[in-house]
Amino acid sequence: MKAQAQFEEIAAGAVGLARARGATDAECTLIQGDEFSVSVRRGQVENLKQAGARGAGIRVLIGKRTGSAYTSDLTPDGIRAMVSGAMEIAEITSDDSFAGLPEDADFGKVDADLQLYFDDVETLSTEEKIRRARDAEAAALAVDSRITNSEGASFDSYTGYRVFANSRGFVNSYRTSNCSLATVPVAKLGDAMERDYWMTAARSASRLESPELVGTTAAKRVLRRLGARKVATQRVPVVFEARVARSLLDHVFDAVNGNSVYRKASFLAGKLGEKVASERVTIVDDGTIPVLFGSTPSDDEGVPSRRTVVVDKGVLTSYLMNTYSARRLGLKTTGNASRGLTGAAAVGHGNFYLEPGAMTAAEIIRSVPNGLYVTELIGFGANTVTGDYSRGAVGLWIENGELAYPVSEVTISGTIPNLLAGIEAIGNDLEFRGSLASPTVMVGELMVSGK
Amino acid sequence: MPFSESFFARKFGVTERDLNRYLAEAMSAGGDYADIYFEYLSTTTISVDESIVKSATQGTTLGAGIRVIAGERTGYAYSDDLSPEKILKAARVAACIAKGPATVDTIGFTENPTRDLYPVLTAPTESSLAERVALVKRADAAARAADSRVFLVQAMYADNLRHVLVATTEGGLTFDRQPLARMGVSAYVRNGEGRPQNAYSGGGGRVGLEFFETVKTPEYFAGEAVRQALVQLEAVDAPAGETTVVLGPGWPGILLHEAVGHGLEADFNRKGVSAFSNRVGQQVASPLCTVVDDGCISNRRGSLNVDDEGNQTQRNVLIENGVLRGYLHDRLSSRLLRATPTGNGRRESYQHIPLPRMTNTFMLAGESDPEEIVKSVNKGLYCAAFGGGQVDITSGNFVFTASETYLIEDGKITRPVRGATLIGNGPESLKHVSMVGRDLQLDQGVGICGKEGQSVPVGVGIPTIKIDRMTVGGTAK
Repeated sequence: MKAQAQFEEIAAGAVGLARARGATDAECTLIQGDEFSVSVRRGQVENLKQAGARGAGIRVLIGKRTGSAYTSDLTPDGIRAMVSGAMEIAEITSDDSFAGLPEDADFGKVDADLQLYFDDVETLSTEEKIRRARDAEAAALAVDSRITNSEGASFDSYTGYRVFANSRGFVNSYRTSNCSLATVPVAKLGDAMERDYWMTAARSASRLESPELVGTTAAKRVLRRLGARKVATQRVPVVFEARVARSLLDHVFDAVNGNSVYRKASFLAGKLGEKVASERVTIVDDGTIPVLFGSTPSDDEGVPSRRTVVVDKGVLTSYLMNTYSARRLGLKTTGNASRGLTGAAAVGHGNFYLEPGAMTAAEIIRSVPNGLYVTELIGFGANTVTGDYSRGAVGLWIENGELAYPVSEVTISGTIPNLLAGIEAIGNDLEFRGSLASPTVMVGELMVSGK
Repeated sequence: MPFSESFFARKFGVTERDLNRYLAEAMSAGGDYADIYFEYLSTTTISVDESIVKSATQGTTLGAGIRVIAGERTGYAYSDDLSPEKILKAARVAACIAKGPATVDTIGFTENPTRDLYPVLTAPTESSLAERVALVKRADAAARAADSRVFLVQAMYADNLRHVLVATTEGGLTFDRQPLARMGVSAYVRNGEGRPQNAYSGGGGRVGLEFFETVKTPEYFAGEAVRQALVQLEAVDAPAGETTVVLGPGWPGILLHEAVGHGLEADFNRKGVSAFSNRVGQQVASPLCTVVDDGCISNRRGSLNVDDEGNQTQRNVLIENGVLRGYLHDRLSSRLLRATPTGNGRRESYQHIPLPRMTNTFMLAGESDPEEIVKSVNKGLYCAAFGGGQVDITSGNFVFTASETYLIEDGKITRPVRGATLIGNGPESLKHVSMVGRDLQLDQGVGICGKEGQSVPVGVGIPTIKIDRMTVGGTAK
């Protein structure tokens, strides 16, 4: 707690210094954290990295002009230089009548204990971290003789503080922890090689999946990719495995991001109250669920996190906004301000998820006579301005409701609005493995391009 | 330059004796090799949005990263405090990777030979803020004035100045000053209340601010962004399935970056997990293709006097007349594979372990007339500009997203098509290259390459080429 109080003092001090230099308002963010990572390959430690990092950022307002600066130097000299840098920047920016801190009444934090920090991450020994990585890799290699190689396994952990103070007297700081274990086996069939991975991540070391489960899951995933074929070009139903369906949520988030909406640079701009997805679709942002990665007591402007229904049974009910985008849209902030260390806050999400349906993933697959089950997507072919969607895909072909053979070197394409409208089934397998989460999703028809 | 006049000696009082002490501490538990990387980075970003300078930021980060190599094992630690106690502490943490007696005593440092591929007297980061703001405002004004269908313009400028110092237990001592600047414009257009379209154009390099006056002006980037966005207003659905693809010169060279570049990084090949592993000497492309990675082209975004391990960058031939010649190495891979270092050890910052990375990757010019290449295609696609790409180096499958693309019908470039992803397989795709133009162009200087969570600036380039068969992820059948 001593360190935390010290950081709060530095942040509040930077804000005070900015005010003393003539800033109308100021907000300071400070991050201090310890990172650890170890990677193991073929049983041997490959990389071991350990360090503490810190940084501070400030944003000042002089009237309606803003300036930002950051530094990794938290000494009094470093902080002074940072404040001067931000004041200097404020001289060259323009008046922006919407710029400013949130309304005083908006500041606050979630009262409940969100359980973002577990001390078992810090106390877990280096030997134990190496053991878990080693065991995960070994478990993957032991599954099948076709698994001939490995890109290794890694255990990563982080513990740290995030501190925020502004010139309205609002100060908040919280401590977080996280750790993860992953392995990447490589399998071979003839001349063709494939890799896949499995990863478990949690705020507490005791909540991680076992190394054996991580290894065997990764092994199953890579084995089912062997012997992949390219299929003929055709329009078919496409089932997105839960892990990849998360990317669809990412596109929806980009489109409901208040910063894109007020600029009309989103296909969902101007669509509040309209039907934008199949009635099966309900999408929620909730930054207040204990232990999850998307939870925070308050957003990065000091506004409490909350639960916001973004799409309700297919109807667009809310955008996600920070103070600035909300003012631009004539709406209220939803507590979704997000920033690194400095600059005007962007918009981020809490735990952003698609509500589960009733069917199991297996039942959804069984309902498809001929189609593609997508297990990996690559590339950047989703444009949330125009709605165009075209991405590289890897998966398994579904024949008469059965997973028949692996498929690769194909693309799936359509438009994001049609994709959302075309969602015909949603699985019951919602699981929070990160701050974006989705169950299995089936879309009635997309173009699969191959041969 | 004597060490005492170098940046870290002047600004932070670092001495050769300090460096020796840090490296000795790093090797206090044994190990084959250690190095220390000091970095001082100043950055500026300025953005004009809706015609006002909405935000601008300047920042400073500094720190030192210490690495110890023992066989295939690497220990790494860093400190963002350059005091001797903190650096020694980081050295002790990195030393934990090895187990044995101390292996370093006194190092006689020799300064590595230097050259200057970016002789920029005043780095953009050191020039006046007002001057830089004026550039961004000009880009915004030009884009708005270009066409009445423009409804939103975002103009961005970013620069940084990086001072580095690398000292190794082999006695190598290297310093460099690395300026970098880039500007870009995103233009959004629409017809009335129709569907919006957007496009981006930008560029820069390791250049002084005069680059944006004399080589590529804000007006140029603005004009390009608006032109590309307007083209998209007329776009029809892209075809779905296999077709002939002609890549225009310049930025479409990202194909090489994804299709072969990553797969030839030696860490993947050392581990045998790349689709190109153990293929040196084999035909992996059509004999028309020669691909190089060249880190020493003056003022380019991907260029470096020395890589982030203190080795001079060089021109490395990756594929010669279709035959795989070699890999891109960092220090670790060249040690373990007993290969000559290629100057490709790069890292995002002092917080990161170096990896084999590309610099400027491009295909050498061929002999075909670019117009003849298009004329030779009965039905296909012409790709003039791309967005990003990605590769699975193990299977070799790669994608990239075409952002300005046209149909080719009866030997002529006709209608624009919507953005679509193209997909291929690294060791196979380039075998289908049947014509290579004489019009090699490097890109304008916007590339960022990501690998294992580390981003570094890179360049790409390509002449006009014809690929007889590629899968296009459109929606029109």
